[in-house]
Amino acid sequence: MSATPASGAPSAPEVLRAPLVVEFPFTRSVGPVQSAFLTGLRERTVLGVRTTGGRVLVPPVEYDPDTSEEIGELVEVGTAGTVTTWAWNPEPRRGQPLETPFAWVLVRLDGADTGLLHALDAPGPEAVRTGMRVRVRWAAERGGSITDIACFEPYADGDAGRGEGADPCRGEGADPCRDEVADARSDAGRAERRAEPVTPGAAERGTAAGPRPHSGAFDDPVTGVVAPARLDYTYTPGRAQTRFINALAGRRTTGERCPSCRKVYVPPRGACPTCGIATSEQVEVGPRGTVTTFCIVNIKAKNLDIDVPYVYAHIALDGADLPLHGRIAGIPYDRVRMGLRVEPVWTQGGRHPDHYRPTGEPDADYDTYRELL
Amino acid sequence: MRDVAIVAFSQTDHVRRSEEVSEVEMLMPVLHDVLERTGLRTGDIGFTCSGSCDYLAGRAFSFTMALDGVGAWPPIPESHVEMDGAWALYEAWVKLLTGEADTALVYAYGKSSPGSVRDVLTRQLDPYYLAPLWPDSVALAALQAQALIDAGETDEPALAAIAARSRTAAEGNPHAQLRGPRPQGGYVVRPLRTGDCPPVGDGAAAVVLAAGDRARELCPRPAWIRGMDHRVEPHALGVRDLTDSPSTRLAAERAGAFARPVDTAELHAPFTSQEVVLRKALRLGGSVTVNPSGGPLAANPVMAAGLIRVGEAAAAVHRGASDRALAHATSGPCLQQNLVAVLEGEPHVR
Ligand SMILES: [Zn+2]
Repeated sequence: MSATPASGAPSAPEVLRAPLVVEFPFTRSVGPVQSAFLTGLRERTVLGVRTTGGRVLVPPVEYDPDTSEEIGELVEVGTAGTVTTWAWNPEPRRGQPLETPFAWVLVRLDGADTGLLHALDAPGPEAVRTGMRVRVRWAAERGGSITDIACFEPYADGDAGRGEGADPCRGEGADPCRDEVADARSDAGRAERRAEPVTPGAAERGTAAGPRPHSGAFDDPVTGVVAPARLDYTYTPGRAQTRFINALAGRRTTGERCPSCRKVYVPPRGACPTCGIATSEQVEVGPRGTVTTFCIVNIKAKNLDIDVPYVYAHIALDGADLPLHGRIAGIPYDRVRMGLRVEPVWTQGGRHPDHYRPTGEPDADYDTYRELL
Repeated sequence: MRDVAIVAFSQTDHVRRSEEVSEVEMLMPVLHDVLERTGLRTGDIGFTCSGSCDYLAGRAFSFTMALDGVGAWPPIPESHVEMDGAWALYEAWVKLLTGEADTALVYAYGKSSPGSVRDVLTRQLDPYYLAPLWPDSVALAALQAQALIDAGETDEPALAAIAARSRTAAEGNPHAQLRGPRPQGGYVVRPLRTGDCPPVGDGAAAVVLAAGDRARELCPRPAWIRGMDHRVEPHALGVRDLTDSPSTRLAAERAGAFARPVDTAELHAPFTSQEVVLRKALRLGGSVTVNPSGGPLAANPVMAAGLIRVGEAAAAVHRGASDRALAHATSGPCLQQNLVAVLEGEPHVR
């Protein structure tokens, strides 16, 4: 019988397994601060936000984590910075920024007071240390997301201007915020390059070479992100459902009886929801049953090969104390009714009934199934 | 305000995988055990609260299946947190404090074996700046560990000693997944080695709470909850000082942990380096027995490991091994959210 494990199998219970993939492209809107930050990345500009206490948060948020005040004063920070902590990742996992071994880093960009998490492309852990200088390597194609930063790369001060993604105006000096010479130099460079004046306000705050005011305004701003995710599981149904599925393979429908209240649950899930105790005694139910309630489905589900409208019903199989779900066919959808007597229809090779069809018997009396509604 | 105590605790044997049972099948023996310890039946329970995670199960509303195990028909007052069961315990405690119920059943469960828990936990991160990079739980803990090493607060030998002490202690815990010391192994994400990381596994736990005289009826030496509080850090890792845990310190202060010394502490530090942070935040001196159960380095069923810390602390009070115990639970990356409970036994009963 197909419901029993293959002969010669060990006495351990057979475990059914199936791959289960959960994939979802979450579409999220962004507020004004995140919009400016993400659009800025697309334009190779890193923006932070200044708190009322004067700290510059990169990446920026809309509320001060200390005071919960709404904040939105955007500033532009450097694209080079300093590693504040790191961790060497010898085996990159799916979805991570680099496919070769890399370091996770928190980087405090020049002019920022907080760390940005990303990957650092380095030949090995011996090439990484806290305090090292790094700079952004931009992704070749950018659309307004954190992955517009492909990763960070080591950056020897003085190297400015060399290599893809380098910005000669930024990141000079070990810490521009505390280096007036570097401040003046890089500030002048920025002003010249961008042909826009540095506002006096920035200089007055003593952060001329650190963060510079930025309107956050860009053409065609990013208004949302799509965050695709995929998680892979191996689904195992447990003892009760394994017994049920194995029995179905032999075209038998089994429920399990509660030892206390004697109700028969189908499909069994291993516990009586009334008594909170394990069900164990297997009971064959059906194959015939009664429609207790139903609905008419008018919208075609994606990838579903069933014409609408069709009827989805609760069916109380004979001998069961809980109705299961099933599709009703073999009768016009508008003639399905409560009390209709039905039986399962199996397709060739199917591991469960494809649908239920009328048996032709008289309808069941309401009192025989009213408790199961 | 009336007094509320933990009067019973039970947990599964924690295992790498439990493929042969569904969540409710794994949970039910624990629920029955914890009720038997008090003589209560499911129908006697005034409030039920649970903690679990849909992302671990890989499907929505997964907790509703587990409800079959508590006898949810006819309808019962029930709640659920998509967090570690320690937070479900907090909700139940508040329910009892307000007088809405006299007893509560709190349970939590997690099966990490169907998926990859390192990948699954990335989905609890900020979806704009972090989740797209898929930084896994070990990677984030390793950033914290390196920050501690750079600050001179620990080093690899000290971390290895924490791992060895925890797993040696677990030799006395029949439920633990890793019992006895083992090699530190190679780097998972440097500076964290295999030995610095918790085992991945499946498990469940439950406690029963009761108020006032009801607690005295149900348990010879109730573990009275003298205080409980939970606090959260800013969610952005780069905003935080990863070498410290101000939220743990504040929760402990509000829970009354610093009023008098504790003799036992059950700390939810899944990574060795996190114990360094917690000991500092909680001002735990050398006289305090830390994680006599082996702690999460010996068994870390995600979503239940924090509740187990509270349960282990309570059980130590129940059996007279502790007079005043501290329990800590955490959730999120790098000790993002922290809960502290202070439990006491009545001294004369000992
Ligand atoms: Zn029953």
